[in-house]
Amino acid sequence: MSDSCGAPTQTASLPATVDLANEAVIQGTVVREGAPVPGAYARLLDATGEFTGEVVTSDEGVFRFFAAPGDWTIRVLAPGGVSIDSQVTAETGEVAKLEVAI
Amino acid sequence: MSRSDVLVDADWVQAHLDDPGVVLVEVDEDTSAYEKGHIRGAVRIDWKTELQDPVRRDFVDKTGFQNLLSEKGIAGDDLIILYGGNNNWFAAYAYWYFRLYGHQNVKLLDGGRKKWELDSRELVEAVPSRPKTDYVAQEQDLSIRAFRDEVVEAISTKNLVDVRSPDEFSGKLLAPAHLPQEQAQRGGHIPTARNIPWSKAANDDGTFKSDDELQELYEEAGVDLSKPTIAYCRIGERSSHTWFALHELLGLPDVKNYDGSWTEYGSLVGVPIELGDAK
Repeated sequence: MSDSCGAPTQTASLPATVDLANEAVIQGTVVREGAPVPGAYARLLDATGEFTGEVVTSDEGVFRFFAAPGDWTIRVLAPGGVSIDSQVTAETGEVAKLEVAI
Repeated sequence: MSRSDVLVDADWVQAHLDDPGVVLVEVDEDTSAYEKGHIRGAVRIDWKTELQDPVRRDFVDKTGFQNLLSEKGIAGDDLIILYGGNNNWFAAYAYWYFRLYGHQNVKLLDGGRKKWELDSRELVEAVPSRPKTDYVAQEQDLSIRAFRDEVVEAISTKNLVDVRSPDEFSGKLLAPAHLPQEQAQRGGHIPTARNIPWSKAANDDGTFKSDDELQELYEEAGVDLSKPTIAYCRIGERSSHTWFALHELLGLPDVKNYDGSWTEYGSLVGVPIELGDAK
């Protein structure tokens, strides 16, 4: 059990302690002109637009959520007023991947 | 109490960075953010290793808190400006904690680290050195801290505000969606609780919504603002954010944060649990 609710440092591969069979993972990369963007904010919104979670992208531009199966929106925020929404569907046992260009 | 008594914006912080008697404190769980860059002059407090007792599940005691603030070079009459990542969760938690131990002159940077970064404001790596002080704390002010028996008694009598995400509230998820979901305790929420996720009190950039918006938010969700209120989440830091909105911004007199929150309540033997939407 995690003893905090804070967003962990985002890594390129799934943490070894995670059993993917039980998780519906959404993972993506934020890029600008093809290069990864660290330090962007990725927000997970549920099917009704409700905020569910937020992480900061890693040095590789990676973000990851452990969601529930279903439809979700990823909103990426970055300096300069950037706010971009992308739709994604999560399934248990799968990693739903996406790339967000800003 | 007005908003400016408890909250400052990024422009204010920028203008007062070098004021004597103003101490910026970054509070995070992941303190590597501070190492990569922080607001100039800010000292750091590690939420996990410096504010929690290393053995028991509780806070550091009064002496531990005095020692911590003395080591950080903070004096009793300093104006402390708290900020941090995760939409200021840990900074709001520290704010509540500083109030608990009687430090009155403390404010939050509205929007925290995120707003500062999204504004492209300066972050530095240089760690300030502040001379040690002789900080004196007060006994804990338990009028703002709720314990488990009080929470069970509050069912159907006081407002219970569950600030977790809707899926955690209904029992579908046991932790926020950026964390793996394997957990020991039961899912669900405390009967009669209203679900008003902490995030509804904040804008996308992490700043708090206006007083009018906040009042409408809680009233529309069925919270009777004339009654005592207990806020909880999973471990008490997201609910510190909502405690701040209710007690400090809206100025409600009787609001407590239940820091045991769901990881305690959902593990108690025999207490009632409700599943699904709010009843």
